[in-house]
Amino acid sequence: MSAPDDLRIRDGAADRGGLIHPEIRQPDDESERGPDGGRLQHAEATSQPLSAAPKAAQAREPQPRGAKVRGNRPIDQAEAAERFIAAPLHLKAHDERLWDLRKKRDAVAHTIPEWEALRELASQIKAHTLTNLDVYLEQFEAQAKANGVHVHWAADGAEHNRIVHAILKDHGAKTLIKSKSMLTEECGFRHYMDAHGIEIIETDLGERIQQLDKEEPSHVVCPAVHKTRLDVAEVFARTLGTDPENDDIHYLAESQRETTRPYILTADAGMTGCNFAIAETGTVVTCTNEGNADLSGNVPKLQIHSIGIEKLIPRIEHLGVFIRLLSRSALGSPITQYTSHFRAPRAGTEMHMVLVDNGRSARLGMEEFWTSLKCIRCGACMNTCPVYRRSGGLSYGATYSGPIGLIIDPTFNKRKYSTLPFSSTMNGSCTNVCPVKINIHEQIFAWRKVLAEEHEIPLVKKGMMKAAGQVLSRPAAYRAAIGATDSALKVLPRFAVYNPLNTWGRGREMPETPRQSFHAWYKQNRMRTRDDKTGDKTGADKSDAEA
Amino acid sequence: MRVGLFVPCYVDAFEPEVGIATLELLERFGLDVTYPFDQTCCGQPMTNTGCHAEAAATEALFVKNFTGFDYVVAPSGSCVHQVRAHLTAIPQTPEVIAVRERTFELVEFLHDILKVEELPWAAFPHKISYHSNCNALRGIGHARASEINAPFYSKPLDLLAKVKGIEVVEIARPDECCGFGGTFSVFEPAVSAKMGYDKVSDHARAGAAYVVSADSSCMMHQKGCAERLGVPLKFIHIAQVLNGAAA
Ligand code: SF4
Repeated sequence: MSAPDDLRIRDGAADRGGLIHPEIRQPDDESERGPDGGRLQHAEATSQPLSAAPKAAQAREPQPRGAKVRGNRPIDQAEAAERFIAAPLHLKAHDERLWDLRKKRDAVAHTIPEWEALRELASQIKAHTLTNLDVYLEQFEAQAKANGVHVHWAADGAEHNRIVHAILKDHGAKTLIKSKSMLTEECGFRHYMDAHGIEIIETDLGERIQQLDKEEPSHVVCPAVHKTRLDVAEVFARTLGTDPENDDIHYLAESQRETTRPYILTADAGMTGCNFAIAETGTVVTCTNEGNADLSGNVPKLQIHSIGIEKLIPRIEHLGVFIRLLSRSALGSPITQYTSHFRAPRAGTEMHMVLVDNGRSARLGMEEFWTSLKCIRCGACMNTCPVYRRSGGLSYGATYSGPIGLIIDPTFNKRKYSTLPFSSTMNGSCTNVCPVKINIHEQIFAWRKVLAEEHEIPLVKKGMMKAAGQVLSRPAAYRAAIGATDSALKVLPRFAVYNPLNTWGRGREMPETPRQSFHAWYKQNRMRTRDDKTGDKTGADKSDAEA
Repeated sequence: MRVGLFVPCYVDAFEPEVGIATLELLERFGLDVTYPFDQTCCGQPMTNTGCHAEAAATEALFVKNFTGFDYVVAPSGSCVHQVRAHLTAIPQTPEVIAVRERTFELVEFLHDILKVEELPWAAFPHKISYHSNCNALRGIGHARASEINAPFYSKPLDLLAKVKGIEVVEIARPDECCGFGGTFSVFEPAVSAKMGYDKVSDHARAGAAYVVSADSSCMMHQKGCAERLGVPLKFIHIAQVLNGAAA
């Protein structure tokens, strides 16, 4: 931990009678509670009069920003995470908020007796669909066309952007309202349209906050979860002209609504992403809590849906399996407020669907990693990830953060994201919460192997492992390294605490070294009796002679 | 029953009492326990970093040391998980496969193989919090993890229930990783330490005097964090508690 506070803490322990360090008090995450003191539920933004009393200005902790992105250089997630941890209010709010989602997920999942069977079923449906993806894509296209929809295919993000731009140009459209879509983030859609003079307005509250602050979303479901309401008040004051002293959540949400609604009513075109694309019917299904996909899709005369090709499911009857899992996994709520089916254009309007590959077919061909395409972007793996909760989604410097990000980001750019699979303890909680049973932590492990083999890990790390491997495979060298038997272990053995920079000691006390290793104890106390018993001199003396 | 005792490198160097307790405990059940003298490590530091080629010689040495035993027992879920799931840098000969299949973590060996019913010598009249190592929990199935909707079970708690006077307290985030993560602890020190602080705070809030775990590596990390924070927690390996350590 970078904060020098932690270094001082130890001396202060005595003053506190050795007890109740601030760290062990019950946390209070002041950014996440409503006026009644109750924790806000996701999607809770009930309209209230704008007269809510402004709060006295509080000392503001600046929002920690994300990873420093420098071209193709490997992202230093640990560095960004350290800055996030150095902002204790943000850290606490973020960790508490997401842990709360994990708890709610557990609670609601445990009320469904067939929960684990549902996960298995969802996993199998996805495996089947991905295995026969060509068939289902063609079926989807044919059905959508029969419904009167214009269907487009995009090989990558750039093509997606060009296609959408061409559609807009054909209609002379200058403004586009859209609901949140990770796919369009992947494509760098907003930047592209910015450069082409198209005004984009995000209609998801969190995504709108991020758009106004010129940041990427930090979480697939809660894009601005790394921000406190004070941060949002600051962003809105700067961009929407709200009262900078008023950080009341209802005031902020209502202000955003008031400023966004006019765009919705006048926009030339609307766009949504896609949660599920049903091959049988050619339907795009979106799941939102704010109803903003419906506004984006149903208000303007021109509607566009961007669909990652892995979103396919065969039949409408399969949808129920995923709907039962999605919101429960994401937020612990039984279902999203809105589950919207877009199938055919309304009278007098035009509807387009863009099916986007952007690396997906290549991923489908990766033996160890193809199942990552099952992902339904529920964010449960992020919510449960102890590293993600303490480093913030922007620390990953990629479109996808947290556990799912670690295993798909390297497929977009192996060098740039080569460090991400190491930002994990591989504890496996992600795998256990994943509604489609992706073996996330095993894929993290597998990525490390691929990256090490392809020389995408730092030389110093590789060198340390080589040295460790040499010492650990030779008993005599190993014994020499940890010190002569029967004497105190004066130096920390390199292999037990990989410690060239003493990063261990910055945040933790060093372990004490005992008077005697187990090995020495055994030799002293057991070898003689053993020799007497078996008459076998074993290899002990030989080893020690070598040492 | 011939049992090979595997004492992981950090136990050997930092927690010799854990190795001693494991040996004595196994001997209490009348087993013929051998400690192969040339043992070093299971190869986990290298494979967890992706460096499988660099682990091969260490893995070969492990197999050489532990071939021929009915069971190999180690007081570490993490190392046993490595052997069982990831000892793959060398050709999978019948000999290698046999060693991998016969390697057990102490708790599961006592619970599943020996089916221990009582521990008359064990008494530990203290409030403890049990820390599940993630590999022990989710890798080798020590207990039902909190994420999973299935009937609860816990092999370590079953065994601890046979210890006189012990009181187990529950923490707020029972299965949350403590942040050790092997080399993660040095390559991502800030997050690792913060996770450790949160974990020891959770133990302390729950009123635990001791943290008991089947993995010394997690405890070494947590102990370092507790000492840095000034949180008065004591740490003891489950092998010591089950072997009758008084405190
Ligand atoms: S990997 Fe699984 S848990 Fe993570 S976002 Fe995707 S579906 Fe959800």
